[in-house]
Amino acid sequence: MRSWISAAVVGVVLALLPFAVGSYILGLLVFGFYYAVFAMSWDLLFGFAGEVNFGPSFLIGVGAYAAALLNHYFNTPIPLCLVAAAVAAVVAGLILAVPALRLTGPYFGLITLVAVLLLQTFIVLYSGITGGEIGLDLPDVFANGEVRANYWIALAFMSISGAILFGLSRSAVGLILQASGQDRIEAAALGYNVTKHKLAAFCISALFSGLAGAMLIFSQGTASVGLVVDIAVGVQAIIGAVLGGRRTIFGAAIGAIFLVAAQELLRPLGQLSIFVVSAFALLVILFFPGGFLGAVGALGGVLGRSAR
Amino acid sequence: MQALQILIDGFAISSLYALGAIGFTLIFGVCGVLNLSHGAIMVTAAVAAWATADAWHAGTYGGALIGVAAGTILALATYALVVRPIQRSRAIPAEEKEIFILTSTLLWGIMLQEAIAYFFTDNPKTVRPLLPGVVEILGVRTPWNEVLTAAISWAAIGLVWLLIHRTKRGKQLLAAAINPRGLTLLGFELENIYVLVWGLYGVLAGIAGVLLGAFLGVSSANIGTLTASAFSVVVLGGLGSVTGSLVAAYVVGYLETVTAYLVAPSIRSVPVLLLLVAVVYTRPQGLLGRR
Repeated sequence: MRSWISAAVVGVVLALLPFAVGSYILGLLVFGFYYAVFAMSWDLLFGFAGEVNFGPSFLIGVGAYAAALLNHYFNTPIPLCLVAAAVAAVVAGLILAVPALRLTGPYFGLITLVAVLLLQTFIVLYSGITGGEIGLDLPDVFANGEVRANYWIALAFMSISGAILFGLSRSAVGLILQASGQDRIEAAALGYNVTKHKLAAFCISALFSGLAGAMLIFSQGTASVGLVVDIAVGVQAIIGAVLGGRRTIFGAAIGAIFLVAAQELLRPLGQLSIFVVSAFALLVILFFPGGFLGAVGALGGVLGRSAR
Repeated sequence: MQALQILIDGFAISSLYALGAIGFTLIFGVCGVLNLSHGAIMVTAAVAAWATADAWHAGTYGGALIGVAAGTILALATYALVVRPIQRSRAIPAEEKEIFILTSTLLWGIMLQEAIAYFFTDNPKTVRPLLPGVVEILGVRTPWNEVLTAAISWAAIGLVWLLIHRTKRGKQLLAAAINPRGLTLLGFELENIYVLVWGLYGVLAGIAGVLLGAFLGVSSANIGTLTASAFSVVVLGGLGSVTGSLVAAYVVGYLETVTAYLVAPSIRSVPVLLLLVAVVYTRPQGLLGRR
């Protein structure tokens, strides 16, 4: 209950933010919000289903490019593009889920990595159609590019996705997923259909990743490999999720937004900014493996004990 | 003629892949660690060789030695600063150590990559060839450097084989890979063996990095690709199987060379990736892996 209330308070503050800050910060937060959805979807798959997906940008990229191609070549309206992105991403999720049900650990991790590399290679190879490295410009942009509206769309999308993913993780389904992620055989012995639940986790994770990817490109008005497919995109989502605290969903969102903001704040350092952010993330992982939320929880525990 | 060219070029590049992958597979086999900063360590070694050869007047050979030393020190630092704290941590549950090691070696690699880009820019750097000039092999003009690359790679691999199978220390490594608890019960300190393996790995990665820098050139921008290709070779051959890695390195090297020569250089990595997917789907333990 407490996490719902604090999330609601944060949501209200964020919704009122456009009246207080300039368009530069809003533009940055739009990025942060979509990355937050990437990280939360990844957390559902890793934290709960126990599947190490190194290629979240495969799901993100498939969704984004399905929408981008439809919009660029057929002028399909945005809502239809988003539906197409969701369908394409779920199909991609099923393609990933099939090996995941047979392989474990590093083998599955490698397959997801290869999936990203293949997608990227094919996009660059067929650059005549996909725009390759340069990217594909989109005729339609959210709210005609108006910054505040763009911000609210991103915020609403993140809030809804976050609420659904968090609710799901706290539901019976989430518990069964967690059980089958930790001990597949025992979960199956208790009578749960592990395969069905894992498939569902893949589909849900893919759905939100793909939608977020498609919405990100419509907020920017362009789709490119560097924006939605590159391994660095997925790595940033993974680091965000681990940094914020895995298996918490909300923590993943906090970590992802923090990463985007920190890199921007440290921009004066030039190339060293990524170095500093990575070093910070490494220190958090080594000394506070529970991430931000884990550290806050531990602190709360200490304070609570000393108060008593 | 072209067939001979493919045969020779493919052999050189495959030997380099084998050398690059063998350290990676050794670390996994003995310590159970997949080191995602592998590419960064190789590139650091090459950049150290490149920078010191001119700036410090170390010369080509001095630079190469400094490069290998840099790779070794960095590998030991990776173990001491990143991997060991996680392995000993009580806050991280045992079943999650793998993902923590993967994430933190990845972050460590990114840090090295950014540090190199900051101090030396991410322009491609070519280490001066250890041997200049060309030689005719069966009518194919081949740079001496290419011949030397293959020769040094195989010499290093041979030495590792001797070390593992013919020395007492090597047998301890083998035992640690098979049954670490058994080894501990016999009174051996596991930690010493891990330090030895990481040092050995550093030497191998350092040599591979310097040779790569002289053969193809390196840039901090392709660190990720290097790690991914070592990872692919090792999984294709079977995680932890040294022979498997050697075979897989040749499969990958020749497949890429054939594709580059006969189809198009731009898609040289595609057949490898497809083969990898096919092998992992049908035979997850790799070509020669044990389960």
